[in-house]
Amino acid sequence: MTTKNTLAQKTMPLYPAKTKIQVTIIFFVVLGIYTYSMIKTQEDMVGGFGGALGNMYTVIEKFFPPNFAILPAIWDSMMQTIQMAIIATTIAAILTVPLAVLSAQNITTFKPLYYLTRTLLNLLRTIPDLVLAVIFVGLFGIGVFPGILALTVFSLGILAKLISETIESVDMNPLEAMRASGGNVFQVIWYSLVPQIAPQFTSLVLYVFEINIRASVVLGMVGAGGVGLILNQQLKFYNYPNAMTVIIVIFATVLIIEYVSNKLREALL
Amino acid sequence: MEKLQLPPKPEKSALKKIRAVIILILVIALYVWTFTSINIDWGRAIERSISNFHRVVPKLFSPDWAVAGKVGEAMLETIFIAFAGSLMAAILAVPLSFLAAQNMMGGKVGSTIGKWILSAIRAFPDLILAILFVVAVGPNAFAGVLAIAIGSTGMLGKMFSEIIESIDMEVVQAMEANGANKIQILFYGVIPQITPEFLSYAIYRFEVDIRASSILGIVGAGGIGTMIIFASSNRNWNEMGMILLAIVIVVTVIDFASAKIRRKIV
Repeated sequence: MTTKNTLAQKTMPLYPAKTKIQVTIIFFVVLGIYTYSMIKTQEDMVGGFGGALGNMYTVIEKFFPPNFAILPAIWDSMMQTIQMAIIATTIAAILTVPLAVLSAQNITTFKPLYYLTRTLLNLLRTIPDLVLAVIFVGLFGIGVFPGILALTVFSLGILAKLISETIESVDMNPLEAMRASGGNVFQVIWYSLVPQIAPQFTSLVLYVFEINIRASVVLGMVGAGGVGLILNQQLKFYNYPNAMTVIIVIFATVLIIEYVSNKLREALL
Repeated sequence: MEKLQLPPKPEKSALKKIRAVIILILVIALYVWTFTSINIDWGRAIERSISNFHRVVPKLFSPDWAVAGKVGEAMLETIFIAFAGSLMAAILAVPLSFLAAQNMMGGKVGSTIGKWILSAIRAFPDLILAILFVVAVGPNAFAGVLAIAIGSTGMLGKMFSEIIESIDMEVVQAMEANGANKIQILFYGVIPQITPEFLSYAIYRFEVDIRASSILGIVGAGGIGTMIIFASSNRNWNEMGMILLAIVIVVTVIDFASAKIRRKIV
């Protein structure tokens, strides 16, 4: 009886000693890099962290009250921004279909082709949207067109990856049954793959549309059309109340579109 | 031979049909509105691209190795911004996610408030936050850190709260039944369940933040974006090629490493 009690009393360590040491080391490494990054990034800041916090309040105050008189002037370019996102999402959704099929392991059984499209999409995804916009503006000049192109290329990378993952997780039995009864590649895809992924496809396209809306509002900062252009101008003139109005409009638009898209996606799945 | 026939399709209710038609009309209206009111200057875009093509595209693929050192430095700063920002966000997101999760402290009301706060933060694009912080703390890398920290908090908080909502509540109930207090439940019932996934999402967010922080310099918030904007306004496409190469390499390496680490954790 007594031996049993002492066994129960002896507290077993929850984690083995080796894990504890590992976690401690990782913790200190992360903390070290963090401290170093904080010092590095604050290096060329005048007055240090304390000065900045005090400064923040007085500067933020300049943004208020926002000047709502310029709302009609913003309206057009905000609509242009949304249109850019719509067009880019549509083109990306169409182009993504062959790419996603080619980069899904269970449909594209020809390995080299699969690896080629995978690598291509991975490379495409590493380049940030605004960098693409900068390059396209250099290539096509200032305007809406480079913006749409940048959004299309950028969202194509994300969408193709997400959809190829969806394709990889479908039930393969209907596809095999189709193939066994003599359906060709396109018939197999159309009659047994498409019905399985259609809801997810729509949901992912809406999700990418949300991403595109958020990306397109800032594209104008580099001259690629939309509401970012106005924001950039107002900031350069130090006209903070006007800039604040633009920011509030962007904020409201993103919130509304996200809400609608969320509701639609909930209804779909 | 008997004629083969497909089985009859199930009848759709009238309400569903009407709904489908309404959605179709709305979508068509949206597209009509989009394509009639947007004006793309095709002529100019084509003309410009023809005259610019040989000046831009070949140069992008022949990076200027002379600036490699400078680009490397700026890229390192970008990594620092992303690291400091995402770690700050990971810490800030924890209390907010506990507030937003329905099964934790807040209950229905708290959860709604928490979710509203998080989606309000998420509605600001990173670059807009960067603009605000550049005005507040001056054009330096720390403005970028703050922008990344706040921007990522919105997304991480949402992910974290979803993880908390999906934990096994039976463990918590068993502990409650045994008379454990709130702190004990938190440390022995909740935290062991959520730690691996929290870490995994925080590391994933670092991947995303590397990409985000590489463009913050466009508004003056430090990192490699500053060089991007200079290279594009000087039309120095060789330098741009070098910057692109640096971004592609760093992002690929970090994606790869983070995927490895995450697979180990979960």
